[in-house]
Formats: sequence, C-alpha cells, structure tokens
Amino acid sequence: MTTPDHQNGHCGGEPDPWAVLRDATRARVALGRAGDGLPTSRELEFRAAHAAARDAVHTALDADRVRTALTEAGVGLDVLEVHSQAPDRTTYLQRPDLGRRLAPDTELPGGTYDLALVLADGLSPRAVHEHAAGTVAALLARLPGWSVAPLVLAHQARVALGDPVGEALGAGIVVVLVGERPGLSSADSLGLYLTHGPRPGRADSERNCISNVRPPHGLGYAQAADTLAGLLQASRQLGASGVVLKDEGTTLPPGAG
Amino acid sequence: MTVRRTTLGGHTHEFRSLTDVLAKATPARSGDVLAGVAAESQAQRVAAQHVLADVPLATFLTEPVVGYDEDDVTRLILDTHDPAAFAPVSALTVGEFRDWLLARAAERDEAAISGLARGLTPEMAAAVSKVMRNADLVAVARRTRVVTGLRSTLGLPGRLASRLQPNHPTDDAVGVTAAILDGLLHGSGDAVIGINPATDSPAQTIALLELVDAVISRYEIPTQSCVLAHVTTTLRALEAGAPVDLVFQSVAGTQAGNRGFGVTLDLLAEARAGALELGRGTVGANVTYFETGQGSALSADAHHGVDGPVDQQTLECRAYAVARHFDPLLVNTVVGFIGPEYLYDGKQVIRAGLEDHFCGKLLGLPMGVDVCYTNHTDVDGDDTDTLTLLLGAAGCSFVIAVPGSDDVMLHYQSLSFTDVLTARSVLDLRPAPEFEAWLAMMDLLDDAGHVRELTPEAPAARALLAAARS
Repeated sequence: MTTPDHQNGHCGGEPDPWAVLRDATRARVALGRAGDGLPTSRELEFRAAHAAARDAVHTALDADRVRTALTEAGVGLDVLEVHSQAPDRTTYLQRPDLGRRLAPDTELPGGTYDLALVLADGLSPRAVHEHAAGTVAALLARLPGWSVAPLVLAHQARVALGDPVGEALGAGIVVVLVGERPGLSSADSLGLYLTHGPRPGRADSERNCISNVRPPHGLGYAQAADTLAGLLQASRQLGASGVVLKDEGTTLPPGAG
Repeated sequence: MTVRRTTLGGHTHEFRSLTDVLAKATPARSGDVLAGVAAESQAQRVAAQHVLADVPLATFLTEPVVGYDEDDVTRLILDTHDPAAFAPVSALTVGEFRDWLLARAAERDEAAISGLARGLTPEMAAAVSKVMRNADLVAVARRTRVVTGLRSTLGLPGRLASRLQPNHPTDDAVGVTAAILDGLLHGSGDAVIGINPATDSPAQTIALLELVDAVISRYEIPTQSCVLAHVTTTLRALEAGAPVDLVFQSVAGTQAGNRGFGVTLDLLAEARAGALELGRGTVGANVTYFETGQGSALSADAHHGVDGPVDQQTLECRAYAVARHFDPLLVNTVVGFIGPEYLYDGKQVIRAGLEDHFCGKLLGLPMGVDVCYTNHTDVDGDDTDTLTLLLGAAGCSFVIAVPGSDDVMLHYQSLSFTDVLTARSVLDLRPAPEFEAWLAMMDLLDDAGHVRELTPEAPAARALLAAARS
C-alpha cells in the first residue's frame, strides 16, 4: 500500500499552518477541498480504509492458516471446527440469533476442563488470522496447571456461540476470541470474552471483555494475556463472571454480541 | 382483533390484526425478518398494502398496536390527540390520505399539510408511508414546514443546517477543538455543535459543555451546543450550573424501550424545565434534542404489541410522539448505525432514512438525519450521497457531519463537512440565516454565498486557528 497516512499527507517541505489542527487529533481534519468535495487523494485514502474494513468483514475464516499459525506459535492443543446455524456471510450478518447457535449436526467430545478457548470469526476473520495464535500462546503460558479443552475454531460465529461450545466440552470457563467489527483504521481487532459456567442463555452482563487486541497499534498479546489470566483466576475463585467481576471493560462493543 | 383479507391474483391473503397488516405492508428490511414479522413474499407484502390502504385513519384511534394500559407512549399518543387538527382528514382511509397529501404537496399547500401534525398519530404516519414510494416521501416532506429555534432558526425553506459532531476517543479538549474549527471553516455547525462524550460522567460532560460554550462565546457564533450524555447526567450538569443549551436523549417508541434507555417521560420533562429556566435562547425556546433509529426497540426486546411483535418502522414513528411532546429544537434518526441485522444495505438505509424524515416531519418534528453506516453494512459513499441529496430535496432540517466522514470515537461513517457543502451547492440550499450572517461576517462566504476555501493566511482562518493554539 503506497497510500500515505491521512495524518501526514500534507507534510514534508514547508511547515503547514493547518498542521496545528492535524496534530491535535486523529480525526480527518483539514483535508482540503476540490470545489465542494474532497481532493482525489483524500477521497481515495478514505476508500482504501473502507475497503480494508469491508474486506475484513467478508474474508472467509481460513482454518488451515489458523492451524499453521498455532503450530508456529507453539500451541500443541488439538483443534476442532464447528459452524453456527448461519450458513453464509449474508445470513450471518442479518441473523445474529443464528450465529449464536451451533449447527444441528455438531458433535463435540465432552470432558471436564477448567477452560475452553473458542476462536470465532465474528465480524473480522482477519483478526483471528493475525492475532488469535499469538494471544492463545501468550495466555497458555500464563496458565500452568489449568486443564484446557481442545481449541475450537468457529465459523459464522457470534460471542454467544461460546456458550453451547463450552457446555458441550464440559468447561468451567469459556473464552471466545472473536474478530471485532472493523473500524476505518482498525480492521484486525480481536476481542476476548470470558464467560464462567457457559451454557445457552447467558446474558452479556455475565461476560467480561478485553477489546482491541491488535499489536502494534492496539493491545499486545502479553498485555492482553496478563489481564485475561488475572480475570480467569478471579473468575474461578469467585465462581462467576460479568459485572460482578470488576475493573475490566465489561460492555460489548456494538455488533459484537 | 379484526382479521382482514384481500384477494390478489386469485390468492386470498389473510392478516390476523392491524399490527400484522402494518408489518407485512412494510417495504423489505432485515430487522422485520429478524423479528419474524416481515411479509413472506412480495405478493403478500403488496396484499397487505392493499388492505392497509383501505383502513380508515380513524381506526388507529381505537385499535392501538401497543396496549393503552401497559404502555405510557400509547397513552401519550391517544391522550394528546387533537381532533380539530385531525378533522380535515378524519374521514379518509390510509390510501385516500396518501392521495390527499400528494395533492396538497402539488398545490404547495404547506399550511394544510403542516396543520395536521397534532391530529395524526404515529401509526397513521407509519401506515401512509408504507403505501408511498420514495419520491412520494420526498414530495410531501418538502411541503411540510416545521420551524424551530434557539440561537439559530432551523427548518426554513431553502435551508439545510448541519450538526457539527467533533467527537474524540478520549474527549481531549484540543482534539475536540480542532474538529470544531475544521467544521466551522467548512460552514458546518448551524444546527448544533454536538459531542458524543467518550464517558458519561457529569464532570466530563460539564468540561465539554464549557469548552464548546467558550468557542461559541469567543466567536459569537449563533448556534447552540450539546453534549449527548444521558439525561440524568445532563440533569447533574444543570444542577452544577453548567451552560446547558440542549437536553439530549435517545428515545424509543415503547415504554419498555425507554426503560431500556433508562428514561421516563417525567425525567425528560424535568430536564427540559431545567434547560428552559436558563433562558439561553435568542430566537426561540426549543431546548431539547432527541435521537431515534429503526430497530432500537427490537434490540432491547421492547418491540412487543397487543398482538405480538410490531414492525420496526411503526415503532420508530411512535418514538416521534415522545419527542414531539417536549417541543424539540432537533430530532434525528441515526439511520445506518444499528447494523445489517436491522437495515441490511444501501437500499434499505435510503428507504428508512426517507421514511423516518417524512414521518417525523408529518408528525411535527424538526427532522434531521444522521446519514451514516458501519463497516459490516452493505453501504458506501454512493448510497449516502443518494440519501443526502434526496433529503436535501425533501427539505430536511439538518444532517450530521464529522471530519472526513470518519467518526474516530463511535467508529462509524457519517457525512463529511464537504458532503454538506455539496448538498447545499447542488440543491441551492443555504445555512440557517443567523449562521449564514455569521459566516459572512467572518469573511467565510464568497460573493455567491458559498463557503470559500480558505488559505491558512486568510483572516478568518487565522482567527479560528488561534483558538486551536490556545
């Protein structure tokens, strides 16, 4: 990509008096004009950002790519795959209810685990491709002694799909790593949602959320894993999750649920 | 519950209730599918429109879609209905009402259309919109006049105002100021300089109110400010003596929906009284601002009526009854923010924007639109251009604009300041008169009245940039 960052498009050469506005905010201020519209370069910058966000939403989750990344990150857990009841992206986007339920023929091996991890495409499969393996590896390194269920890769999945998955696996806690709704400048944000005692019907208020895992611009893997491991310990001790477990952001970003 | 039937193309379609007719007659949208109330076929949709066209308007006064006893919005609608204002159309059916509106619009009889407002219920407005095409919605809205004012006058013919939305992810004072100045330099901000705060705390709200008040005072800008905090936060700011121009609140079309927003009608009345008491207006005394949007009731599981779920557009219109009770300066639907599960693509967003604008105006609201989209909706700048120009033609009171279309706090795309310039230019629309005079005084207008592009050395630019440095 050769498109200059919109912050710096006018920089270089003479000092720019508009820079006082541009330096003050990440908002797209002082873009200049072509008549009553935007100059071509600014218009194309905006389109590039929107295209990246749109493509992030509509990219299919590539299971092989995630498996390879997990292996390279040193994660040795088995990897299972599940699908929600949303058969395709178009349905998924219009029917969040279907993205919260497992496809009827889903079979998961039951057991007894402290923790299950679900890697869910959500609204940005790209976030899972780029950041799930690093996050999982960093988290597992911080949880010695925890029994962890096989990893579950979930297609056309919303956060709440972790509830039936966690229940079927027999996990005390489920963490869903999900691609968040892409913003114009953040198409690859991963969100982490913790739910104690997963079962269908859990409310959003019973979850804890760590948002914007996206190094180097957002939260790094180590930092996210530190926070998540702390929440997991506290949740196990408390026997609950959600608003009762304070300190971390517990609100769901729009469209993520 | 009255069962209604019609035969279309040899097939008999039956609808179990008025609620069912309204839902099935609604142009296609994903939220009604999600709620399980949408028509199952195109033929069924048109059959429902046939049935709806034959329903007398007066029926909506006796067959509420949400129960009178259990819902205070229904009580508000029916208890404040004005029979005298209703009289000119009281004998008409929904279909005849559409014809009546189109005839008055063609005659440019603004008084006849605008005089109906307090005689119409939201369900009547919703019903007639469902049998109108996009151009019908534009044509009638264009001849519906709703004028409001506080320190600028909004809704006058030939005008298009804008809300300057200088949001910042951390409410940073310098960042917010930079966005305000960028907007002012583009001739935006005549409807309001309105900030969505990143955190809903009284202290933060007061800090932002004081910041915008200082900019408005320093440059003597004839506009008003608003920090779009929850009404309870604004009440705290009022108690603390903060410079509150407008009381803001998101509202929904059912009591349960408003409960989901944490508001009651009494709370809204209390806050409005507090803002009125400050007497901060110069050209008017409208001191409230409401936002709405199709799908908000469904997303709060607050979409249930006397006969199952109510369609999202009818519920949206009911939110307008809440808003109009408090004599607002501004009301806008946030048409593309809620996501593809309610409005899937550009076609649905454009249709919903025109419906909301038409219905709001018909019910007497100073209606604006946040023409916007999220990245998981199938909408782009071409769609927002189309809707914006249609709204400009429809006489929309105001639109929302952010720097470069990119709201860096709420993470969605609204219009840019240049989009407002384009709409004004293409459709020969001007800013609010007081604000236009201010732009002229600041030497921001060229001889033809267009907002000129300034060099940083221009006196107006230097004056405004000084604020960014201080």
